[in-house]
Amino acid sequence: MKHKVTTTVNGRQHEREVEPRLLLVHYLRDELGLTGTHIGCDTSQCGACTILVDGKAVKSCTMFAVQAEGRSLTTIEGMAKDGELHPIQQAFWDEHGLQCGYCTPGFIMAAAYLLDQNPNPTEDEIRKGLEGNLCRCTGYVNIVKAVQSAAKTMSTSPAKKATVTAGGN
Amino acid sequence: MAVTQLVGSKIHRREDPRLITGHGHYIDDFTRQGTAYAAFVRSPLAHARIKSIDVTDASKAPGVTGVYTARDFKSLLAGTHPAAPAFVAEKKFVPERFPIAEKEVCYQGEIVAAVLAETKAQAADAAGLIQVEYDELPAVMDLEKALEKNSPKSHTDGPDNVCWDFTYTGPDITEAAFKEADVVVKERILQNRLAPVPMEPRGVLAEFEGFDKKLTIWMSSQNPHFIRLFVSGAMGLKESQVRVISPDVGGGFGSKISPYPEDYLVPTLSRLAERPVKWIETRTESIQNATHGRGQFYDCEVAAKKDGTLLGMRVVQYLDVGAYHGTFGAFQPVACLMAGGAYKWKGISARTVGVLTNRVPTDPYRGAGRPEATHLVERMVDLVALELKMDPVDIRRKNFIQPKDFPFTQSFGLVVDSGDYDKALDKALEHAGYAELRKKQAELRKQGRYMGIGFSTWIELCGFGPSAATAPATGGIALVESAQVRVTPTGSVLVYTGTHSHGQGHETTFPQIVADQLGVPYESVELRHGDTAEGTAFGYGTYGSRSLAVGGVAISRAVGKVIDKSKKLAAHMLEAAEEDVVFEHGAFHVKGSPDKSKAFGEVAFASYGMSLPEGMEQGLEAVAYFDPPNLVWPFGTHIAVVEIDAETGTPLITKYVAVDDCGNIINPMIVDGQIHGGIVQAIGQALYEEVVYDDDSGQLKTGTMIDYMLPSANEIPTMIIDKTITPSPTNELGVKGIGEAGTIAASAAVINAICDALSPLGIKHVDMPATPDRLWKMMKEARQ
Repeated sequence: MKHKVTTTVNGRQHEREVEPRLLLVHYLRDELGLTGTHIGCDTSQCGACTILVDGKAVKSCTMFAVQAEGRSLTTIEGMAKDGELHPIQQAFWDEHGLQCGYCTPGFIMAAAYLLDQNPNPTEDEIRKGLEGNLCRCTGYVNIVKAVQSAAKTMSTSPAKKATVTAGGN
Repeated sequence: MAVTQLVGSKIHRREDPRLITGHGHYIDDFTRQGTAYAAFVRSPLAHARIKSIDVTDASKAPGVTGVYTARDFKSLLAGTHPAAPAFVAEKKFVPERFPIAEKEVCYQGEIVAAVLAETKAQAADAAGLIQVEYDELPAVMDLEKALEKNSPKSHTDGPDNVCWDFTYTGPDITEAAFKEADVVVKERILQNRLAPVPMEPRGVLAEFEGFDKKLTIWMSSQNPHFIRLFVSGAMGLKESQVRVISPDVGGGFGSKISPYPEDYLVPTLSRLAERPVKWIETRTESIQNATHGRGQFYDCEVAAKKDGTLLGMRVVQYLDVGAYHGTFGAFQPVACLMAGGAYKWKGISARTVGVLTNRVPTDPYRGAGRPEATHLVERMVDLVALELKMDPVDIRRKNFIQPKDFPFTQSFGLVVDSGDYDKALDKALEHAGYAELRKKQAELRKQGRYMGIGFSTWIELCGFGPSAATAPATGGIALVESAQVRVTPTGSVLVYTGTHSHGQGHETTFPQIVADQLGVPYESVELRHGDTAEGTAFGYGTYGSRSLAVGGVAISRAVGKVIDKSKKLAAHMLEAAEEDVVFEHGAFHVKGSPDKSKAFGEVAFASYGMSLPEGMEQGLEAVAYFDPPNLVWPFGTHIAVVEIDAETGTPLITKYVAVDDCGNIINPMIVDGQIHGGIVQAIGQALYEEVVYDDDSGQLKTGTMIDYMLPSANEIPTMIIDKTITPSPTNELGVKGIGEAGTIAASAAVINAICDALSPLGIKHVDMPATPDRLWKMMKEARQ
């Protein structure tokens, strides 16, 4: 028996009939075609599927699509606005915070929430804040640098900060 | 001139805009109209006979279009899994391997049936309804017991469990070296079995078009041309009928080099079902079925003089082959050939024993054989130093191969092309503040704290490789590399390489080289790779830190051919003799008249026109193959400082210094990134990671990321990274490899630091992973 689910994803409203067991990550990828959110494990360890649900970082494999009814979601595809990269995306590019790129969308979304909660984190706070996401390529060195650099950019530019706190929209 | 500065500059990666915005194309992002989804039924037992398979319920399940067992594939797939001879040409027993088991399963996870359904979920549901009856057989898990005469066999049809047993021919003076020794140290050194765990699991999408007899395979591979070769052969197709596309690949680390059962089964399912078929591996399937790395132990003896002069080494490698011979699994004995490390020896004798067990096969994993060699020799040298009460720095310096000795022919005849090991060591000692660290260590010891300093003065051979060495190792195909450079009429440059980038940034670095050489804007050069329908006839893939040192040089040579032709045409256009024409900064001019010149773009345009020199064909493109004369030999020094909590045994890396030498550098940002990632992968091996199977039943106990611990950002220290630059004389770019260096170097530095920290307790050696649990127990025992 299918259920109707209405969500707002990256500012656009979607309506779908889905199986109750459908995971949110599969809903995003297979129903909406938003393939930027990746799947790297089946036990909610890797964080590759991290998105924002009403502004809060969530591993989208830990929710059913039906639980997202009425929620506002932001995926990696919603981070760049009007052709301009989000400061966190820009920082990952500048600091070589990615190699194969598979874990990257999850890290960017987790970092967005981290900086929303703590705009000026210490290195230690960044490392702890990102421990729910795994990367096998970078050794995390440049990911940490990227988050530090994004924090700096966002704290000096209030307009850029606003794009993050807007979360779901 | 900007154009002369591209090589050696930090250039932002071209790959990144699509990857940071969620617009990459990984295998699971592809689908085809009418795709059916495959799920595989896998053996829950490590070793068993298949009694029966009942597919009745599964066949009737919703959405199911077919259920298949071994007999459905028998007439459509020929041959057995390829096993390259690699460094051990003489094999005792190589079990036959069909991609789907018929009578006997030999590891937990081996495929016994396949289901096709309209959706992924329906396929998975139906796979759970297939009833397989097994007769369980004893599982062979322990390498030493497996070699005993009365051991159960990992394959019931095998003579025993010996896959290979091979002694390398070294200089005949090892025994003499032991006779003149003042000290002999012995140790057994374990190499924990590791799962590569690229963040993207594997996956295959195949479309067989029956009327055209054409097969297209999209898959997550480091090595698309080899896959085409193997799969076309097994399916009875010509290579020209098969196209393999390996798009954005989410990491490989060696686990995506060799063909897998699913690489044959998914295309064959597409042939059977007459529609596209897709399969994406789950993480559990990945840890259970993707090839593992390491899984070895070494018995080693080293002879030395009182003054620390190293004399001889005897080493025996016992290697867990797993249930089947990995395609490149016999590369791992290269550890024996590299066991001498950065040092001079009178002689080394080495033997490798490959043991068949009931675990998933091992195959190359980042570094493959060279991390094991480094870990072995760096541990043994420290044990000699401890015995002789020497500083680990002094014993290394005393025995280093010196700059004047290069090219240096080592014990097994390999020729080390270049090096300056003291230079890297000096730089690393300075960064670490070595003298201060020793003082601090003495103070901490007085307080009952355990801090240690560990060294790894590593060397590596990479850049596979010369045809003379690699063609026999693969069973025929040399691991040279190909490139094609095409210049369009309007002067844009398309470069095709046979290497494959899955995080290494080739789309950025290779155009840096080309733009510099042609003197054209960086933006006008584009790199293509990963599609067997494009570029040269054959590409050799990416592994063994070979892409730049072999593939990059092939590109450079193809560019050279393009320049040669352009020069002939430019001379014609300038009405000058070819030998009077000079190519500088992207333009041709007559010697002494730089004002009268033809830009490269003008010449490119003219090459498609009508005014060509007599006998010249239209167009501007070239193919080059580079067969390197030798391997390349990176080196460096890593220093780790580790403190171990006296109460809990928890190790904490408090400082990490890496000084590496990969010759000339194309993009320093990318080189540093490779070093960071490599080091952390080795820290994973040293402190956290181990694939564990139950010793009796052969059940995998670490099948998820919960049980198999990858380091997170929270476990990783900040690092001090620096370089020395000793250009390789082996190729004209002066480049070596850097993809595996960090992984080759770091485990020895970390474990040496831990052993140094615990030496006041009389602990001499610690095996990996050095978990708090293991260290706590060792410390407790030592204190009693």
